[in-house]
Amino acid sequence: MQTKDINENIEWAKINADVLRSMENPRIGYWIAVATCIAMVSCAVVAEIYQYQTGIGVANLSWPQMWGLYIATFVFWIGMSHSGTLLSAILHIVHADWRKPIYRFAEAMTTFSLMTAGLFPIIHLGRVWNMYWVLPYVSDRGIWPNFRSPLSWDAFAITTYLTSSALFLFIGMIPDLAICRDNARGWRQKLYTVLSLGWQGDDRQWRHFRKIYLLMACFLIPLAVSVHSIVSADFSMSIMPGWHVTTFPPYFVAGALYSGCAAIITLFIILRYFFRFEEYMTIPILEKICKLTFAIAMVWSYLNLVEFAATWYGHDQVAKELLLWKFNGPYAPFFWTMLFCGSVMPFALAFEKLRRHLPTMFVVSLLLNLGMWLERWMIVGPTLSLSYEPFAWDINWPSMVQWAIVFGSFGWFGLLFLVFVKVFPSVSMYEVKEMVFHRRRAHRPDFAVELHRRATDPQPGRSPQPGQNPSTEGA
Amino acid sequence: MSLKNLLGDWSKYRKGHEEGGFHKYEHMWGLAIDLNKCIGCNACSVACYAENNLAVVGKDKMLSNQGMHWLRIERYWDEPQLGGDDRDFQERGASFLPMMCQQCNAATCEPVCPVAATYHTPDGLNAQVYNRCIGSRYCSNNCPYRLRYFNFYSYYESSWPAPLHMQLNPDLSVRDKGVMEKCTFCVQRIRTAKDTARAENRKVIDGEFNTACAQSCPTKAITFGDMLNPDSAVSKKWKAQQVELGKAEQHKANRDLRGYRVLEGLNTDPKVLYLERVREV
Repeated sequence: MQTKDINENIEWAKINADVLRSMENPRIGYWIAVATCIAMVSCAVVAEIYQYQTGIGVANLSWPQMWGLYIATFVFWIGMSHSGTLLSAILHIVHADWRKPIYRFAEAMTTFSLMTAGLFPIIHLGRVWNMYWVLPYVSDRGIWPNFRSPLSWDAFAITTYLTSSALFLFIGMIPDLAICRDNARGWRQKLYTVLSLGWQGDDRQWRHFRKIYLLMACFLIPLAVSVHSIVSADFSMSIMPGWHVTTFPPYFVAGALYSGCAAIITLFIILRYFFRFEEYMTIPILEKICKLTFAIAMVWSYLNLVEFAATWYGHDQVAKELLLWKFNGPYAPFFWTMLFCGSVMPFALAFEKLRRHLPTMFVVSLLLNLGMWLERWMIVGPTLSLSYEPFAWDINWPSMVQWAIVFGSFGWFGLLFLVFVKVFPSVSMYEVKEMVFHRRRAHRPDFAVELHRRATDPQPGRSPQPGQNPSTEGA
Repeated sequence: MSLKNLLGDWSKYRKGHEEGGFHKYEHMWGLAIDLNKCIGCNACSVACYAENNLAVVGKDKMLSNQGMHWLRIERYWDEPQLGGDDRDFQERGASFLPMMCQQCNAATCEPVCPVAATYHTPDGLNAQVYNRCIGSRYCSNNCPYRLRYFNFYSYYESSWPAPLHMQLNPDLSVRDKGVMEKCTFCVQRIRTAKDTARAENRKVIDGEFNTACAQSCPTKAITFGDMLNPDSAVSKKWKAQQVELGKAEQHKANRDLRGYRVLEGLNTDPKVLYLERVREV
């Protein structure tokens, strides 16, 4: 049974070769995946064009079901984006070095899920062509957005978060892009030359790099927490039963980390399988994410109970009725599925046998995310269907247009991700080397000193022997 | 809100907000609706359609809740403890509740609009600026009365086939898709009356004009007027019923008083007073 996070004798050249190999020569499976994603996106594009031309009514949004799946899926994608920050920033600060082989794709996931999420508030607008009015652009008529509205906060929060996480992803990738530059030809070489910003790997550059990376990490953590708190404010700042809940900000942040971690497990398994990253995305690392996911799942379940109890003892008759209606009304099948997937399924992560079994984990992680998607729908849908005014009680199920756009959003995310893994290194080469180096030093200090001496030796004489004298190229 | 408010008496600020913020109100238009007189004939609703160019969406869209009735008559049957579901007691009939925008002084729809398309006017009205609306529909979601209606389609293309378009009211616009709309208390009539009064160098006289619903009510159940004018019919009714603006719950000494506002406890401070229907049990 594999217990070490990573093989300590892995060579630098092998790490480079493995990661660079994953970026080359897409096989037929890759093109099938790309075609599938494009087909899914086309579905959504067709639906959106139809909705744009005809009106929001074709989505079967109605009075009072004004938001439907669009906002639910928006919250879902925003939530998904939080795991990248968790892995790259929070775990970086607490020196959990097992994050190093997997944080790159998690960060890419952050950026891409934000790019997906950002589409939904735009899609759901009645007059899409005026969406920029939400932003405080300088207008000669002196018209500003309403700074009291959580929707304008959303606009600020999401654009800030998207900019910062894309920047963070890029900054963390610079040393790797330099490795790519040194190994690429043609258009790739030109691209990486520009993107690597003249990285030579000298001492001064590394010092600056470390500083800015730590700074960005410190900046991103409060930002990520505030972003989902602000998204939760869309609901908790309102007056509606089931939305006007004080515990929503922590509840949303916990749910965000939860769904993000589940998505990391899914992508972890996919990347490991297709790119043969068994050496880097190892089972012990998967176990660690699983444990983390389990812990977050329990926090999420606890906050669920808190919300139920607060509603129950809160003496708000309408909120209480809504809660009971969620349990046994028309939404009940979805509500119970959500509770099952969100609170019972994670117990699969508590067992070592299941944790180490990849197909099981793949299915479980997908189910966890299904639960988290339903959670968002169960926040948006029931409150709109049943609130204060009895005359406005009604259920409108989403139409095919809504489903097509939600479906297409997964294709859009997949497409961005597929392009990413072929253009950029999806495993951080330099950080894996760091991790290997630190592990080596911890376990065999004398060998590490020897390696360090060789790496700084101005006269590299002997040719390196496999497994004994790894090259330090690029690190 | 300023720093002074924050450092000073916070409760004063909150109180002021309940009364509609710190506007210098010129008028404060309000309604009083006597449910004893309401017979549920829907004349007010029809008048509203005619006056405000409301789109006629057709049966299908009405059934899928995409209608545009700014003024709707809600029907309620009695509580079960008064003799079971009252559908079985047709002779007793339903209770009617005409619901139009309550023009809340502490409106929940106003702060949530991302582009400030809905705001409070110095007339005490909750205005909706169609040209500014981008259709996020947050205001409708945050209206506890659900009195905001959204243009889900370009209804105008099909609503008034020629020559019906000739009957459109020229005093206000026809709305296109993607825009939220709601009862305005016939703001075009208010503007006309104010302009006339200013031209004649006088104040607006109570009863000089009426909203379409109040005008068309056959039983005169709806009274419209300026609540800042102590002599207006509507403010007399409010006073008689001991209902006051700026109060979340009305604690009336006299149990016989019938005045109430819908969902008062939410503290939205609506400006529509209802007089409870008295029924034989």
